[in-house]
Order: sequence, then structure tokens, then C-alpha cells
Amino acid sequence: MTFSNSAELLSFHWVAYTIYATMIISVIAWFGYNLTRKEAKSVFRIPFYWYMAFLVAGGVGHHIFTYNTIPWVSQDIDRHNITPDAKYEFEIEDHKWIGLPEKIIIQCGQTVEFDVHSRDLVYGFGLFRKDGSMAMQMQVNPGTDVNGILDSNDILWTFNHNGLFDMTSTEYSGPAEYSEDGEDLMMVKDFVEVVGCTNGGEK
Amino acid sequence: MSFTKNLIEGTNFDHTGLNALQKVTLRAVVMAFLFYGLVAIEGMIMRMVEVGHVAGNPLPEQFFHAEHFFSIMTVHPIVGIFGSTYQLVFGAFTFLVPYLTKKPLYSIKVANFTWLMITVGTGLAWIAAFIWQYAPLYTLYWPLPADTHQFNVFGGIVFILGVALIMVGTLGFIYNIYATIFARVGVHKNKTTSELLISGFGIDGMLNLINKLRGKQPYTKEPALALPVVAIFRGTVDTFLDALVILGAGILVLVYLVFDASGHPLDVSAIDALLYKNFFWWGLDLVADGLVLIYVAGSWYLLATLITGQKLFMENVARAALMLELLVSWMVWSHHLLGDQGQPEMMKLISGEMVTAFELLTQGLALFITLVTLWKARPLKMTMELKYLLGGLVGFGLAVPAAIIQADMGMNRVLHNTQWIIGAHVHIALIVGLYMTLYSALYVLWPLVTNNTKLYSHKLSNAHFWLHLIGGIGMGAFMGMAGLDGMLRRHLYVDGQFNPDMIFAALFGTMLLVAWAIFLYNIVMSVGIKGLIGIFLPAKDKTASYGIEDELVPADDPAFAK
Repeated sequence: MTFSNSAELLSFHWVAYTIYATMIISVIAWFGYNLTRKEAKSVFRIPFYWYMAFLVAGGVGHHIFTYNTIPWVSQDIDRHNITPDAKYEFEIEDHKWIGLPEKIIIQCGQTVEFDVHSRDLVYGFGLFRKDGSMAMQMQVNPGTDVNGILDSNDILWTFNHNGLFDMTSTEYSGPAEYSEDGEDLMMVKDFVEVVGCTNGGEK
Repeated sequence: MSFTKNLIEGTNFDHTGLNALQKVTLRAVVMAFLFYGLVAIEGMIMRMVEVGHVAGNPLPEQFFHAEHFFSIMTVHPIVGIFGSTYQLVFGAFTFLVPYLTKKPLYSIKVANFTWLMITVGTGLAWIAAFIWQYAPLYTLYWPLPADTHQFNVFGGIVFILGVALIMVGTLGFIYNIYATIFARVGVHKNKTTSELLISGFGIDGMLNLINKLRGKQPYTKEPALALPVVAIFRGTVDTFLDALVILGAGILVLVYLVFDASGHPLDVSAIDALLYKNFFWWGLDLVADGLVLIYVAGSWYLLATLITGQKLFMENVARAALMLELLVSWMVWSHHLLGDQGQPEMMKLISGEMVTAFELLTQGLALFITLVTLWKARPLKMTMELKYLLGGLVGFGLAVPAAIIQADMGMNRVLHNTQWIIGAHVHIALIVGLYMTLYSALYVLWPLVTNNTKLYSHKLSNAHFWLHLIGGIGMGAFMGMAGLDGMLRRHLYVDGQFNPDMIFAALFGTMLLVAWAIFLYNIVMSVGIKGLIGIFLPAKDKTASYGIEDELVPADDPAFAK
């Protein structure tokens, strides 16, 4: 099982957490009801050490599961050893993107590196689908190295589905990001387009 | 009794019969609930902005402006966490520590200083946002709080002074609690400081466990400190460290603002933004993943034993686990920096993922011990305190796994900074988990702190319970769903892009606001306006303890301090 994009992961997460939330609310409600009954008997007994083992397995197993099913985890950890198919580098200063290409066209399955630098504040970099859902994001921290070169905020991303993506800052950097009408001035519509996937799905 | 008489006189509340400890406790509690109302109104304003310019939205246009919106967002957590939650917790513990240790509080004056400092500090921070619209948010990501191109420098100075006063008040609380715990009077007359320290850190519980495994006699059959006091002791270590970090960050910002105001601005790039984030999140996370979880675990244990009248199940394990929780809370801050590409991968893996996952273990253990203690005592009457305790368990049962899920390098890439975090995790943890636990404590302590004042209406208490529970879970759930749909948490949306999620979140949020109004009405009708004012008048009875027949040493006596 592998999630080919973040939309699939979010759908899975929605279902899994809803089931869990329903379960924990029901268990406590059932527990509360039985607390008041003299004749209530345990439906099942949970041995303490099994319960603790379950929690450990849940806490650790969750990360093992995501490492093996979410492709961008290992790619992110190993990103400095991976040669991307394309690299885009740009800056942010005074709530404005600097050096942005007009539009980025990506072929299906390509792995792209985005390297964003900030000249003043902490910003974010995020790509969003046309339905508003988030494809991915990272923080963009300001700063320079000892030679005065702006710090890197780089991310590798592999695009497996056709689509148009908007870009904006995902971190608050002050009210100057917005117009008087509340419009997000850092929003760049249709910044990335992925093409070449068959039926909109994988190559 | 007529409505007017109830409103003025209350049921049978007599403020003149309260001693100094009871009064100072109630003062903090009153301020905490007033700030809770303010924070609920602020939350609803922001929610209505997110609903957008839709027909029927009564919000005036000025609330949709970014300056206004983000200044509310900046003070919302200051008022909620410090003005309300800190005050409520500090008030309760100021009463509980003397009550459980059977010793007088070290100083009533310091306790009064604490609630006054936090109240004034919260007020100053709120004024800075209201008048000057100073809005760097509670995260204070460097160099935003020192960005005088966007924010008024005097607004910044007032805000930082406000936060500093809150932290000074917090330090007063910490001093008072430790001075009370370490006072060698009463039952602790013959205890040494090291014995109290060993008990405070739960080392006696750990030694008992080790001796049991080795088939030896327990290290101690009667630990020096009761388990809830151990939790307060342990959580207060994190409260202290957190106060130092926030004060440190405040001084840094203040220096930059003062230099700016004097016409000699300093270079903001002298401070590394990522290093600052690490420092600040280490301290700030001690609130979320340190003192809150430890205080809550201690409160659950106390409530379970008081409600059932029985000993806590697996008490030695609980004592030892609180120590583990303290150590874990110092090493988990990197889960806030999983989206920062400059953060070393090993820190993300070890601190951000693996150590953070331990919180599932420590909080799961507290849940287990509390549930088994209750189960062994059944049948129990479904009292208000039991209902609220179960509500609190549900809250953390929902919110802690939600946090562990997002503290993952894969999930964080699509959940970081979204409404999922602030809704499904933070708001459910605070509103449902923490507040319902605190309401349970309030119902337990009510007869003790008010000298058996009759509550005005049991029906209103029930209405408050259900509205708060359903409203809290519902609002958090719809905020969480909006987060999964891509809605950011620190972003302005004025066109209702995430409706109907935001409409439902606003409806459930309204239930929370109504619940607070009902609770407030019930309390005012119980103590009366006269009683409410009387709480703030000086106490005739200067006793600084509760439940001890002859007070050992009067509070504020210099001899006691020695």
C-alpha cells in the first residue's frame, strides 16, 4: 500500500480518525453508563501489559506505517542525495515573491526541487489544488550563512497526478500579506501545472 | 426566593465566613471565568470572519480587516491560556496544596500578587492588541515581533510588558507552591528536605516498584507527599522553565523595540530565526506537552480518588510515570519544527517523532489508571463531577492521538499549520479535555471553597455540561475537517471558502458561548452579586489553610518563612 499523493492520504486519514473518534466516544459513554450499574460486568479484560504494548505499538507503528506508505518521507530525509528532474529557486521579501517563473509545467512523475529563500521574515511555501486542499507545504526561514548567502529552504516533491496548483505562504508573516479587502497578496494562482498523466492519474 | 433576591443575595453564600485561603482561591477562579467569556467571544468573532461575507453574518466590516483579525488572534491564546486556564489551575492548586498537605499556604499575599499580576498582564496584552493592533501572534516568530514597519513600537512594548507581568505572577505562584510543600510544619515536621524532594520527584514510587520486583519491603509505605501534590510539584517544574523561556524571549523583543523607539534600531538578522524557533518552542511546548499533561494526570488521580473514596489503582506506577512525563516533556519540541527544512533530520526523528510518541504512553497510562480506579468502585452515582471527569477523559482521548498523528514527518507535510492542528488537537484538548477536568475539580471543591453554598440550579449545570461537551467536540471536529480540506490556521479567509465546515464550527462554537453564559448565570445566582463583590473584599479570618483544626503557623508570618 502506497499513497500516490497527499489527497489520497488525507482521505484515508479522515476515515481512520473518524472511526477512532467514534470508537473512543462510544467506549467512554458505555463505560460511564456501566459505572452506575451494580450488576455491570467486564465485557472483556485488558491486561495492563498488553494495553501498554498496544500503546507502544501504536506510537511507534504509526511512524513505521507512514514511512512505508507515504513516499515523500524517505525522499525528504534523503533529499540531498537525490538529483531532481528540475529545480526552481526563488526568494521572498516584504511579502512579495522575487524571481518567480511565470508558470511551472511539470511532466507526470517528475521529481522537482523547490528552494525558497526569505530576506526578512518567516514565511511558508505551500501548493494547493484548485479545490483548496493542500498538496504540500514547508516553512521558509530567513537567515544567511557566514558568507552572507541566504539560507536554503528546500523540498523535493514528486507529482503523480495531473492538475493545476496555486501557491501561497503557509505561515503568518503579519497583516501586510493581505489587502484592505482581505485578499491574500501572496497567492499566485495556477503557479504549477502537472501534465502527462493518463486519465489524470499516474503515468 | 425571588429572582432579584437570588441575584443579589445568592442562595446561602456568606462571603464573610470565608477565610483568606478560600477568598484568594475564589478571586483567581472568578477572573479565570471572566477571561474565559472574553476568549469565547473572541473565538466566535474569528469564526464568523471565517464564515465570510455571507447573508445573515452580522459581523461589522472592520472585523474582516487583517490588522483587526490578527490582533484578535494574537491575544486569543494569551487571554485563554494565561488569563483563564493558568488562573483557574493556579487558583485550584493554591487551595489544594495546603488542603492535601494539611499545612497553611506559605503566603496569602503572594497568592493575591499572582492573580493580580496575571490579570493586569493579560489586560495589558489585550489593550496592546486592541489599541495598537500589535499582532505578531503568540508564536512570536523572529523577527516578526520586532517588525516595526508593520507594528506600532509602543503597542509592542505594552504587549511584552503584559506578558512579562503574567510570567512574574507565574513565578510568584511557583514560589508559593514550593515554599508550602517544603515547609517543615504539621505532618512534615519531621521530614527532611531531601525526603520531600524524593517524594516530589516520584523517586519513592520508583523505588517501591524496584523493591517489589526484587521481593523486598517497600521503600516507603506512606510517601511524604500525596500523589496529586506530586503531580503539582512535577508540573510546576515545567511551569518554571516555561516562564523563564517566555521571559527571555520577551526581554529580547523588548530590547529591540526600545532601541527602535530611541531611533537606533538593532539588526534583526543578528538572531538566527530557526535557532530562536527551537528555543521558543522548547519553552512554549512545556505548557502544551509538559505542565498541562502532568497537571491533568494529577487532577484525574485526585478526582478519581475523591469521587470513589478509594485508593488509586497502581499508585506507585502513577508516581513513577509522572517522572517519565516530565523528562519526555523536555525533549519533544521538535514536533513543532517538522516543516522546517533546516531542522536536523535526527532531531525531527528522535525528538519530533519518537519521544513525542511517548506521550501516547504516559497519557494512556493516566487514562487507564483513572478508569480502573473508577471501575473498581462501581456502582457510582453519576454526579456532576463524575460527568465532567468522563468528559475530560473523552477530550484527551480524542486530542492526544490527533497530536501523535500529526507529529509525523509524512503527515506533518499536509497537516502543519492547518485548522486540523488547532481544531482537532488544541481546541479539543483545551476546551473538552482540560476545561471539563477543571469543571469536575470545581464541582468537587465548590462545597469546600464556598462553605457548602447551595448551587442555584442542577438543571442549569446539566445544560452547561451537554452544551459544552457537544459544542467543544463539534467545533473542534469541523475545524479539523476544514484543515483536512486545506484550510490554514493562521490565515485570513473572508469569502467563506471553507463553508459549510466553518458554518458548522460557528454553530457549535455558539453552543460553547451559551454554555458559558448558563454557567456564569448559575454561579452568580448561587453566590449573588453581593457575594461576588465580597469575594474581593479583605477576609476577616486570616487562616491560610483548610480542614486543619488549629492553624499551625499563620500565613505571612516572617517566622514561618524561616
